Amino acid sequence: MDFELLIGIFPQVLLDGLILGFMYALIALGYTMVYGVLEFINFAHSEIFVVGAFVGVEILLTFKALGWLDLVSPFLVLLLVLLVGMLASGLLAVSVERIAYRPLRGAPRLIPLISAIGVSFFLQDAVRLFESIWRNAFNLVYPTMETLNFRFNLTETIDVSVKSLVVIVASLLMLWGLHALVNRTKIGTAIRAVAEDQATASLMGINVNRMISLTFLIGGAMGGAAGVLFGVQYSLINPYTGFIPGLKAFTAAVLGGIGNIPGAMLGGLVLGLLEAFAASYLSLLTGGAFGAEYKDIFAFSILILILIFRPKGLLGEVVRERA
Amino acid sequence: MRNARLRIALVALAAFALVLPWSGETPAQSKGTIKIATQSPLSGGQAALGEGIKLGTQLAIDKLKGPLEKMGFKVELVPFDDQAKPDVGVANAANIIADKDILLVVGHLNSGVAIPSSEKYKESQLAMISPANTNPTVTDRNYLNVSRVCGRDDVQGSVGAEFAKSKGIKSAYVIHDKTTYGQGVAEFFKADAEKKGIKVIGFEGTEEKSNFDPILTPIKAKNPDLIYFGGIYDQAAPFFKQAREKGIKATFMGPDGMDSSDLTKIAGTAVKGMFYTSVAGPVTVYKDAAAFAKEYKEKFKKDPEPFAAQAYDSAAIGLKAIEAAAKAAGGKVPSREQVSVAVRKTKHTGLTGAVEFDEKGDPKKALYFVLQVASEDPAKWGENKPIKTLTIAAPPLKKS
Amino acid sequence: MKRLLSQPVPAFIISVGLLGVTAYAVSHFPRSIVAFMLFQASILVLYFARMSAWVKGPLAALTLIVLMPVVGSINGYYLEIAIQVGIFVALALGLNIVVGLAGLLDLGYVAFFAVGAYTWAVFGSPQANQFLAGGLFPLPQWWFFPFLLLGVGMAAGAGILLGLPVLRLHGDYLAIVTLGFGEVIRVLANNLDKPINFTNGPKGITPISRPPIFFDPALRAVGIEPDPNVIYPLYLYFLVLAIVGVTILVNRRMEDSHLGRAWEAIREDQTAAQAMGVPLVRSKLLAFACGASFAGAVGVLFSAKQVFINPESFTFMESIGVLAMVILGGMGSIPGAVLGATVVTVLNLQVLKGLSLWLNELRNAGTTIFGWSLADLPTQLEPAKYERMVFGLILVLMMIFRPQGILPARRRHRELADGSGEQP
Repeated sequence: MDFELLIGIFPQVLLDGLILGFMYALIALGYTMVYGVLEFINFAHSEIFVVGAFVGVEILLTFKALGWLDLVSPFLVLLLVLLVGMLASGLLAVSVERIAYRPLRGAPRLIPLISAIGVSFFLQDAVRLFESIWRNAFNLVYPTMETLNFRFNLTETIDVSVKSLVVIVASLLMLWGLHALVNRTKIGTAIRAVAEDQATASLMGINVNRMISLTFLIGGAMGGAAGVLFGVQYSLINPYTGFIPGLKAFTAAVLGGIGNIPGAMLGGLVLGLLEAFAASYLSLLTGGAFGAEYKDIFAFSILILILIFRPKGLLGEVVRERA
Repeated sequence: MRNARLRIALVALAAFALVLPWSGETPAQSKGTIKIATQSPLSGGQAALGEGIKLGTQLAIDKLKGPLEKMGFKVELVPFDDQAKPDVGVANAANIIADKDILLVVGHLNSGVAIPSSEKYKESQLAMISPANTNPTVTDRNYLNVSRVCGRDDVQGSVGAEFAKSKGIKSAYVIHDKTTYGQGVAEFFKADAEKKGIKVIGFEGTEEKSNFDPILTPIKAKNPDLIYFGGIYDQAAPFFKQAREKGIKATFMGPDGMDSSDLTKIAGTAVKGMFYTSVAGPVTVYKDAAAFAKEYKEKFKKDPEPFAAQAYDSAAIGLKAIEAAAKAAGGKVPSREQVSVAVRKTKHTGLTGAVEFDEKGDPKKALYFVLQVASEDPAKWGENKPIKTLTIAAPPLKKS
Repeated sequence: MKRLLSQPVPAFIISVGLLGVTAYAVSHFPRSIVAFMLFQASILVLYFARMSAWVKGPLAALTLIVLMPVVGSINGYYLEIAIQVGIFVALALGLNIVVGLAGLLDLGYVAFFAVGAYTWAVFGSPQANQFLAGGLFPLPQWWFFPFLLLGVGMAAGAGILLGLPVLRLHGDYLAIVTLGFGEVIRVLANNLDKPINFTNGPKGITPISRPPIFFDPALRAVGIEPDPNVIYPLYLYFLVLAIVGVTILVNRRMEDSHLGRAWEAIREDQTAAQAMGVPLVRSKLLAFACGASFAGAVGVLFSAKQVFINPESFTFMESIGVLAMVILGGMGSIPGAVLGATVVTVLNLQVLKGLSLWLNELRNAGTTIFGWSLADLPTQLEPAKYERMVFGLILVLMMIFRPQGILPARRRHRELADGSGEQP
């Protein structure tokens, strides 16, 4: 075994894992927001994420066609795309809630789950239908922006690209913003009140429906932002792209303690690191007998182990058990 | 209230029943309808490739149905969506063999669906011509009704390895996509490369579609001369792109799953100069292929997907065989078995080369090309030049 | 209609009449999906019709054992659908125990199906020669039946294996762990072709032996030359029917048993159940094991039916599909699970496919709507491509307008209607 190699790639793998982890964390925030308030897995979140990615690519492609991409600073463009993507995804999440989940409030918890699965199927093909008419394409590619692709060489073997840094910074900002919003503002207090007890909250003069819509708006917007950043980072998207990252992010949210915002972040990071290390090291350590293809088994096994010892996730649930 | 609801449901059902036709009747004036079915995923993640198969077949039928129509038959396409799922494919297959008008199936995309479905086709000796199933098992079962126009994984892998050797490659890293196709090609590439003295310093499978960083890091550290990706372009392109972005300088190579302008559309300059093996010649070699690409684009407003040309050829062979069988049957609709027999006898020069089947349904001599990506511009995909051309016969049937 | 069905004599006439007419329609229009669907609907009418069990039982048996095979021999496609419906019914019934009765959300149920399928596939094909010396494989066909039991055992074992570590979890944590388990099994099946080749990886295993035609001499004695193409679908149909029959029977007994009550108590309130002396660990483990065992049995059958299996058949979407069947039908309800599985399978294989085939036919015929030719429909709008979209829409609408499922559990209803049958 080549120990020099094993140690040599360690920092780079760590970095890869962190970037992936922040990506998962961003998506996980959407799951966790909704879960925290409604105790329900918003299965359609992965499609809301994809819609964000598609809105982003459409804007960028339009900009490119108009030749604006080279004129404006890429960071400004990215900011704009992020905002529009967040808005679109947020509004979509709100309408999905209004149409497919609100009539089911109070039903046994599996009922909205199935409805969410239905929404997810519907949205996947709706996006595909739209893109096949609009661009007659299935895979869409984010236009390259040279500035974002630039890589800093930290050492000879370790480097990091600007867009990866953008992902990290954006995730941290959003986590902080979300945390502050939920814990320090009046709206946040209202949301938490609704999460605690809807009936009492409404007696206190809180408009429960509006708060729930707001939760979906925020969660959806997080998903939209994640979608745009995903597109910028990995460039290729198609209508079914959301499924796997969605599944992973959901896992991350549970890992950290679902409904818990810092937990989602931590869960995402743990999962990202696990995956990166498994994918990079398994093959090296076992001499090729097991390889990167086992990274999901590895990640899920660790998940099961963690949950056995901490059945409520790493940081625990915030949601109180309802009678 | 409940009664009203029931009544509405009944009325709706009745309306539905009225609207749906009692299908199966054929117009009196024609001698009968001949249907050609396609089975490929039309929804789900592989829909783009599956649709290519359907559209290629459709184009072939529209263009080449003339002789059969002259004989008084009506020729129709019946597309089925197998959703890339074996159980759906088998159910469709049962539906297909129940429709006596269907004389040919063009499909599938996934060997995993093709193998169980063709067990069903075999029940009535319905001919299936596969445009895309490169898994050796497809024809190694030696069924009369199963043929394919594409090459086999085992051969394509060796072609790649031989070429790599001739380029002076000393070490290779092999990645595949954990599908029947990708892993199959990759394994054969690995085996042959090692035989030829190329050191395979890594062999890795992954289902990952977007984030390849963790796989690329060890590759970068090991610094191979060549990276071989056994898989399809939509996974390979982001992989190659991220590899170059990470500063990996190895030569890239892949099988015919790379053969799509989308490869350059996604990966841009990263794949310029990379090599891929293919059984489908570039348009510069086959003049018909250029015309096909043009017509396809005119008709469907997009470039042909990787297996569209093979599907076109499959359908063309099928149509020819049906025509021959119909003539032999005295101008009547031939039986399925007659068509299956006729398919095996058909010699056809199509878009992807001359096809003639051996006893088990593989193309007798398939042309294998090694091509190089000429430009990062997707529009110039057609300018990719064959670097090397090999004619290799399919391995003979193993007698067990 | 409803009133008529609630009286024994008209109910008998109506249901027998409907069955007869629709079966005749199928024989007359063998390619019409509508005819077959009406036939299926009349089986449903038979279920709803109120008549003595002595009449209904034989009538149902007659329909399923005689009429269905006859219909299936007219159009083999219908038999294939019936077999797949049967497979999914058994799966849905198994999952119904875990999710519906015990209230444990299982998102990786298909893993047990895979365990059963691979159990027979590996040993019923030459595959096992790859890691066991002696060249004994494929095992002779008659091993299929012991393996049916072995599949049950293996899957139940896997269920306990999964159950043991995760019993402390509940709600969505359990869901995510089962989801992970399902993925682990699939990825294992996909990867265990090296270092030792157990599953042949993505290439899958073929050819898998089919069950033996043990009644072959009997058939020949009656003068029937068995044509495997005809016999096997029928044979598999009866096997599936038998498995479904056993499954329903076991489910029925289970529901009213001590254990079934324990499950429902756990579902309603775990803490209260524990306080009442329900052994949580054992009950939950048994729920996992029971649910899994049905999947194992049909898994064995599935691999024999398909002749070829690879990991593509056991994805997460498959688990979701079975879950949707249970919930659409009505959680915790046996007829609900049966109907849910039938509806989803028929919808997937028949209705949506039929609809897109029909539109395709209209296009080929050059039909025009308001002077606009259907043939001009751009290929992007091809309905065959949007089956999943329609399925999703149906799921949402169904949940909004009938969240309790098509046939909700009748326990409550029964409890209120007659107290006599409910003595502990």
